[in-house]
Amino acid sequence: MALAIEIPRTRYPVEQFTLPNGLRVVLAPDASAPVIGVAVVYDVGIRSEPEGRTGFAHLFEHLMFQGSANLEKLAHFRHVQGAGGTFNGSTHLDYTDYFETLPSNALERALFLEADRMRGPRLTEENLRNQVDVVKEEIRVNVLNRPYGGFPWLKLPPVMFDTFPNAHDGYGSFGDLESATVADAADFFQRFYACGNAVLSVAGDLDVDETRKLIEKHFGDVEARPAPVRPDFTEPDLTSERRETYTDRLAPLPAVASAWRVPDPTKDPEGYLAYVVLAEVLTDGDASRLVERLVLKDRTVTSVGGYIGFMGEPFEVRDPTALVLQSHLPPGGNVDRVLATVDEELDRLATDGLAAGELARTQARMATHLLRDNDAALNRALRMAVLEQQRGDAKLLNELPHLISSVTEEQIVTAAAALRPNRRASVEVIPGAGSGANGAAQGDEQ
Amino acid sequence: MTHTLPDLGPNRPLTLPPQAEKTLANGLTVIAIRRAAVPLVEVRLRVPFAGTDLASSALLANTLFSGTPTMTTVQIAAELQAVGGALGAGVDPDRAMISGNSLASGLDRLMEILAQVLTGATYPESEVETERARLVDRIQIAQSQPSHLARVALLKRMYADHPYAVQTPTVAQAQAVGQDQLLNLHAARLHPFGAHLILVGDLDPEKVIEVAERRLGDWTGNGDPVQLPPTPALVPGPLLLADRPDSVQSSLRIALPAVPRKHPDHAALQLANLVFGGYFSSRWVENIREDKGYTYGPHSLIDHSIAGSALLVSAEVATEVTAPALVETLYELGRISTTPVETAELEQARQYALGTLQLGMSTQSGLAGLASTYAGYGLRLDFLAEHSARLAEASIADVAAAAEKYLGPAKGVVVVLGDAKVVEDSLAAISPVTVQPAVSE
Repeated sequence: MALAIEIPRTRYPVEQFTLPNGLRVVLAPDASAPVIGVAVVYDVGIRSEPEGRTGFAHLFEHLMFQGSANLEKLAHFRHVQGAGGTFNGSTHLDYTDYFETLPSNALERALFLEADRMRGPRLTEENLRNQVDVVKEEIRVNVLNRPYGGFPWLKLPPVMFDTFPNAHDGYGSFGDLESATVADAADFFQRFYACGNAVLSVAGDLDVDETRKLIEKHFGDVEARPAPVRPDFTEPDLTSERRETYTDRLAPLPAVASAWRVPDPTKDPEGYLAYVVLAEVLTDGDASRLVERLVLKDRTVTSVGGYIGFMGEPFEVRDPTALVLQSHLPPGGNVDRVLATVDEELDRLATDGLAAGELARTQARMATHLLRDNDAALNRALRMAVLEQQRGDAKLLNELPHLISSVTEEQIVTAAAALRPNRRASVEVIPGAGSGANGAAQGDEQ
Repeated sequence: MTHTLPDLGPNRPLTLPPQAEKTLANGLTVIAIRRAAVPLVEVRLRVPFAGTDLASSALLANTLFSGTPTMTTVQIAAELQAVGGALGAGVDPDRAMISGNSLASGLDRLMEILAQVLTGATYPESEVETERARLVDRIQIAQSQPSHLARVALLKRMYADHPYAVQTPTVAQAQAVGQDQLLNLHAARLHPFGAHLILVGDLDPEKVIEVAERRLGDWTGNGDPVQLPPTPALVPGPLLLADRPDSVQSSLRIALPAVPRKHPDHAALQLANLVFGGYFSSRWVENIREDKGYTYGPHSLIDHSIAGSALLVSAEVATEVTAPALVETLYELGRISTTPVETAELEQARQYALGTLQLGMSTQSGLAGLASTYAGYGLRLDFLAEHSARLAEASIADVAAAAEKYLGPAKGVVVVLGDAKVVEDSLAAISPVTVQPAVSE
C-alpha cells in the first residue's frame, strides 16, 4: 500500500470586521484572476417562514430583485450584467443568499447594489403578482412537469420531521403563494433582513483597505437593526422506523430515499464531520461501499447517492439535519431488498471496519472537491459568508480539507453503527408513468 | 439620502495564462495551461468520434473504466481516488470526452491510469451487462423528461437526414450492444491521432507535457478522420406541435440559423442574440418573465457543433399562456431583425460578453472546458483575444445586419411540446400547425 497522498492547504488571507450598524464583513483577497465574487447571506430560510406562508422565503428572495431604495425594477440585473457579471440568489433551509461575480473593476458597483437592497426592496402589488407567477412556473419546471420532481428534498422531510418549520414544502403550495401580500413581505423584510442578521463577503481580486473603505461608504448608513432571535427548530430523534410511499405520475422507475439524523453541525462539529465523510465512504464513486455492492455487484439499483442535508450542503446547514441516501431502481426493483442490503453494508462497516487505504482515498477525493469549489471567487465568497454566519468562523474555508482528513476510522465505524433501521425515515417513489396521465408521451417508441 | 450608481473602473485586460503545447509522435496534441490558484489539475481528453454508432458509443463511455488486464472497475476508481482523482467519459455526435481532475501531486498517477485504460480497456462481459441495463434505465428516464422530448422533436425537425437528427439511442439499440462492439469501436476510433489532451492546473506546463508524453506516448492508433456533411439549412414550415397530454407546461423551442465562431458575423450575431434573449437583461426575458410572468428560465443561445451552428430559443411556459408566449417571442425576434438596437442596449450586451469571457477563464475547470472545446474546432485560447476585439468593435449597423440575416422569425423552425387538446387551437391562430404525438426516440 502506497503512502497516503498529502492533503494540500490553501492559504487565502481572510479579513473580518463588523460595521457599527452590525453588518459582519469577510474579505478574502486573491489576485489569481481579475474577477470578484460578492455575496450577502441573510440568516433566514425555509425553516423560518410562517405557517400558511409555505414558499414565502423563496418568494421573498425573488422580490429582492425587483427594485430597491434607489433602483427601478430590472435595474439590478442590468447593472450587474452590464458590468460583465452574472448574479443569482437562492433560498436554503437556514439561509438565503444573494450574489454576483464580475470583473474586478465592478467591485464598487456590486457593493452599491447589495447595499441598496439591504436598505429595502420596492415591494409593490404588481411586482408581487408577477413574481408569484414566475415562481409557479419555476415549481412547474422543477417539480410538477418532470419525473422525480422534488425527490427527495421536498418529499423526505415531512416523513422524518413533525414540526412545521422542518417538515413543510419549501417551494410552497400555489394557494399559499397566491395569498401572499405586500404587507407580509414588508414584515418579513423588517424582521429578518436586518443588517445585523447578514454577512457580506467579497473574494477575489481586491485590495483589503480600499474594499473596506468602499464597504463603509456604501453600507455604513444602512439602518442598524439587530438580528431576530433564531427560534429553536430542534426535534427529537426517531425511535421507530418511518416509511411512506407516493405515486409519481411521470416517473417510469421506482426510487427510494432514506435519512438518519446526524449530530448538530455547530454544537458537535467533530461528531458531525464523521457523517460527512461516511456519506462519501458509502457513495463516492465506483470504489465506494454502496456503489460497489448495490450497483455493480447486486444490480439492485441503477444509481445510489449519499450526502448530508436535504439540499446536499454539509457545511451550509444547521440542526436538525440528516444523512440522506437515495437510490433509483431498475424496472420491478425491490425497495425492501435495497434497504436490507444497505443495513447489511452498514453492519459490515460497523463490525469489520474499513479496508486499508479506504478512508485516506475517500478523504483525498473530498479534498479535491472542496479545493475545486474554492477555485471560483464566488464560491469562496459564499462559503465564507455561510461559515461566518453559522459557525462564526469564515477562516474554516482554509481548514475544511484538513478537518476532513482528521476524521478517524474509529469515528466512521461509530457513525455507521448509529445508522440503524429504527432511526430511519424513508420515502419510496412508485412509478406511475404509462398507467395514467401522460402515458402516451413516454410510452411511444417508433 | 440619494445614492447614485458608481461608475465602473477601467476594464481589466484579457491576460492569457502561461501554456505549452506539443503534438506527440502518435498524433496526440497535448496542451498544458498553468493556473496555480488551487493545488489541483484538470484533465480533458477530446477524441474525434463523429459517425460512430450511437448506442455503442454511449455504452463505451459508460464502460471505458470498467477494467484493464490488471485492474477491475473498483480498483481503477480506488487508485484514482487515492490521488484525489476521478475520471469519466461522455460522447456527443462529434467527440468522445474523457474528463476528470485530481490533486496536482497526483498528475503522474492520473496519466498512468488513463494510459492503461486507453491502451488496455477490456470491457468485461459482466460490467458491460451491468452498464447496459443502467443505460437502458437512463434512456427510459430521459424519455419521461419534457426537455428530452422537446429536443428529440426539434433535432428531427432541424436536421432531417443529417446524423445530428438523432442523438440518443433507443432502448432496443442499447440492448443490442455487447463486448465485441465495444472492443471494436475502441480499436477503430479511440485513437491519439487527431485527439487533444488538455491539462490545466498548479503545474509547470513544460513538465506537464513531459509527463503526458512519458505516460501516453505508447498509446497508438490511426485512421482516416471522419467528417460529417455540413448541416442542412433550416427549412421553415408549419409549427410542429408534439402532443404530451396533460402537460402542465409547454416547451417552446425555436431554431434559427447561426454561424461558426470564426465567421466574421459571429461577434455581431452573439451581441444581437444577447439583446434579443441571450441573457437575463434582454428584451425577451424582461418581456415574458419580468413583465408577463409566463416563464421562469427562458434562454437563447448559439449552439456550435462541428458540422454547423444554430441559434436555439427555449422556454417552458404555463400551458394556458402558450400562444401568447409564442406571440411575444415572435414579436421580439421580428423587432430585433427589423429595427436597430439602442446604443445603451448594445453597450450593456457588449460588456456582458466581454466580462463573462473573463469569468470563464477564472477557474481551472473553466479554462479546461474552453481550451478543450476550442481545440475541437482548431482554435486555441488566443481566440479569446481575437473574439474580444471583434466584440469590442461591432457597431449598431453590424448588429442590425446580423439580426436581419439570422434572427428574423420567418427563418425559424418552431416546435412546441405540450398538451395539444388545450393549445392547438390558439397556436393555429398564429401559425399553421402540424400535430404529432411526442416521440421519445
